[in-house]
Amino acid sequence: MIFEAMLFYLFAAIMIGAALGVVFAKNPVHSVMFLVLTFFNSAILWLMAEAEFLAIVLVLVYVGAVMVLFLFVIMMLEVNVEAVKRGLTRYAPLAIAIALIMVIELIQLIWLRSQDVQVSSSFAPNPEGYDNTKALGAVLYTEHVYAFEIAAVILLLAIVAAITLTMRKRPGLKVQDIAKQVSVRAKDRIRIVKMDAEKKQ
Amino acid sequence: MIGLQHYLTLSAMLFVLSIAGIIINRRNLILLLMCIELMLLAVNFNFIAFSRYLGDETGQVFVFFILTVAAAEAAIGLAILVVLFRTRRSINVEELNRMKG
Repeated sequence: MIFEAMLFYLFAAIMIGAALGVVFAKNPVHSVMFLVLTFFNSAILWLMAEAEFLAIVLVLVYVGAVMVLFLFVIMMLEVNVEAVKRGLTRYAPLAIAIALIMVIELIQLIWLRSQDVQVSSSFAPNPEGYDNTKALGAVLYTEHVYAFEIAAVILLLAIVAAITLTMRKRPGLKVQDIAKQVSVRAKDRIRIVKMDAEKKQ
Repeated sequence: MIGLQHYLTLSAMLFVLSIAGIIINRRNLILLLMCIELMLLAVNFNFIAFSRYLGDETGQVFVFFILTVAAAEAAIGLAILVVLFRTRRSINVEELNRMKG
């Protein structure tokens, strides 16, 4: 129990530190790296909450795909870091004040108000032989199957939208246009001109 | 003993940090997108904690869908960002004040 709590606090501290790094890093590439660390630590924390499937999905989908996408875009754009970061000091006090007020309110809500209603905060242990992935799959493919299909359509939509947005047609590029090739008729290409044969002189 | 309130507190801290990030980095569009991802992660934390606390898988199914939609959103957002950078040569939010493309 004590060991578990120590692990929780360790990973939570790393996660909050990495999130601070995301917000305050000067270089966007460092921000992405800190975001990867944040996602990784939250995956560990989800594992500790026995949500194994989602923890693995978080690492595979977020760290493996979305963060790499972010990294690609940042390296592709070559943004001038100094020009973008100019306004940091002006809004930092306001942001920190808002953040402090909100976090104090939320923690007050979570810790003090829950004393009134007498909830037991600790997690009940899962039954013996409980399989998170199996349980999730059983719910996902029966009760929430329509939502699952809609999620698939949304992913397809994302693919189509991303490709159509970023596809660039360069002028003067030599490509085959199959429809044009098929629809060509001989009379469009060559003109046969009848001429009388000329006499030999 | 680690329980619901610890996870909720952690999620609240993450959420607030991402709000601060949006205010501080409000010029850089990429960092805004990253702070939104962080915010979604904080929300997912709440879902997972309550799902575990109530012993109900529906919360985790919800997290699954949030992850799917967030991945799609990130892909489309970055595509828009790339197109924007191609036409304007800048991703500074304050320079994006014309509707003409």
